[in-house]
Amino acid sequence: MSAPGIGAGRRRDGDGGARGDGGGSPGALHRIGDGLANVTVREPGRFFALCLDTGRAMFQWPFQWREFVQQAWFIVSVTVVPTMLVAIPFGGVLSLQVGGLIRQLGAQSYTGATAVVAIVREASPLVTSLLVAGAAGSAMCADIGSRKIREEIDAMEVLGINPLHRLVVPRMLACAFVALFLNGLVSVVGLVGGYFFNVMLQDGTPGAYLASFNAIAQLPDLVQAEVKAFVFGITAGLVAAYKGLNAKGGPKGVGDAVNQTVVITFMLLFVENFLISTLYFQLVPSKGM
Amino acid sequence: MGVEIRVEGLTKSFGRQTIWRDVSLTLPAGEISVLLGPSGTGKSVFLKSLVGLLKPDRGHIWIGDRDLPRLRESKLYETRKLFGVLFQDGALFGSMNLYDNIAFPLREHTRKSESEVRRIVLGKMEMVGLLGAEKKLPGEISGGMKKRAGLARALVLDPEILLVDEPDSGLDPVRTAYLNQLIVDLNAQIDATFLIVTHDINTARTVPDNIGLLFRRELVMFGPREMLLSSEEPVVRQFLNARRVGPIGMSEEKDVSELEAEAKMGHDPGKLPPIPPQLMASDGRIRPAQHVPGAWCAAHGVTPPPGSFIDDMGRDWVEEWPRYVASMAPAAAGTTGGPGHVPGGPPPGGPAAGAGR
Repeated sequence: MSAPGIGAGRRRDGDGGARGDGGGSPGALHRIGDGLANVTVREPGRFFALCLDTGRAMFQWPFQWREFVQQAWFIVSVTVVPTMLVAIPFGGVLSLQVGGLIRQLGAQSYTGATAVVAIVREASPLVTSLLVAGAAGSAMCADIGSRKIREEIDAMEVLGINPLHRLVVPRMLACAFVALFLNGLVSVVGLVGGYFFNVMLQDGTPGAYLASFNAIAQLPDLVQAEVKAFVFGITAGLVAAYKGLNAKGGPKGVGDAVNQTVVITFMLLFVENFLISTLYFQLVPSKGM
Repeated sequence: MGVEIRVEGLTKSFGRQTIWRDVSLTLPAGEISVLLGPSGTGKSVFLKSLVGLLKPDRGHIWIGDRDLPRLRESKLYETRKLFGVLFQDGALFGSMNLYDNIAFPLREHTRKSESEVRRIVLGKMEMVGLLGAEKKLPGEISGGMKKRAGLARALVLDPEILLVDEPDSGLDPVRTAYLNQLIVDLNAQIDATFLIVTHDINTARTVPDNIGLLFRRELVMFGPREMLLSSEEPVVRQFLNARRVGPIGMSEEKDVSELEAEAKMGHDPGKLPPIPPQLMASDGRIRPAQHVPGAWCAAHGVTPPPGSFIDDMGRDWVEEWPRYVASMAPAAAGTTGGPGHVPGGPPPGGPAAGAGR
């Protein structure tokens, strides 16, 4: 199968070279235009089509429970330890930064409140997104991509099985499911880290740290963080599946796909994070205001 | 029984690169066809189009009354159950052992009990000579074993159409010979429609009932084996005899000046080599779709190259055939309808002798 693809690519390059010799800029312009159309219209369009197809495949019976559990376990195994290791210093740094400032303002008893707000509202979804995109997404893309270049995906389709239903849906849902718990984990570990730094290094009082926990934070904060984590998980799963299913050109193609998955997922997740936060502040009034 | 596949005006391009255009051919039900072509002429693309993995730009693929490129997705998945496909390196699922790989289609599409699945899977594994390797993972076995396992998986649902992508790539000549024999035996047993994509001249000359040749983005010729093997068409002749002299060049087609230079140098395409007798099923039975040796040549007034249809033991199969049919008739009468047929021409002698019995 690879032969015609490679041949086609080579011949197209040859054409481009010939055109460059003759006219120069029109060929280059054409290529830039082509690339631009690809980035702005074709790729997003194809990605959206995959999302719709996956959405449809999600409601096909029977749901692949076995694959779902296996994948969820796999994602847990690659994300839990790094998540905790990232969350501890994150909480610590936050305490250190805010702690100094807050002491100067004379509001030291509110250190706990700031930590909760910062970690639960923003830090934990962000750390979750980093880990989901970097660890789970890349592993998923590598898995699907290598199946694609080994023609396993084609074989599956020929055997009358929809790879979206069989492979993508359980992975995507497992990713979202695990992201929910990762988010909780980051919140807890981050707060413990913050507590430790505040109490041990900044001479904060344990009582004040804990007592101010719910001074600013409220329950909807946690809910929006969980919603974010869920959306991040779905996004990471879909991007990984899209890039993996479109991998081509041998092992290097898989490497490229994984790389693109991580970059694209990061960007998407940060944009989504911003959008959801904005929406949240519009919809839910802050406490005490 | 096999299904006829009719391809009409099929065209496929990737971007501005046309792979092939206006390919029309009919794969006769139950017959073995081989699709040949220099590297990069889109043979594998054609194979993938036939199962609907790639969508052609134009044209029809009729399987019965269903036009494959225009089927809805659910219908397409339904139609694909008619197919068994052997991909280039087997395309086994890397996470499953061989047994589970081969059992996969059965577990997905049938409600057979696990003991029944076991019986069928072990049967197919025995057929391809893989008994004892059930627990091996695809990463642990050789290329030839992967191909055989892929073949077993393709066969497990008793397909009506079997597509094989380069059965001989990366295999030694002995294993290739075994695989070719296996393909012929399978055709005799399950009577499905076969399409084999290959580069291997020996396979192309001895295995199929029909041969097709893709070159220069077109289907140059498609027809009975004897028609192509006795053809004087330069491309067909060059390819089927693996010569340098002819229109096919190293990277692409040769240009006019190169061809003229070749003619000036006095390069001669040479005499056509004899047409070898077709590979028979190993139990000696006559396949339902088997062509009578020499029938096409006789019906079309073509004199086959001298020495044609003579096997290693010096028997001339054109003369031998009626006797052979007669000797096989009592055994064959119960299992097959007739002793072979020839599309497009009355066969001389052979079937008449068979029909008399």
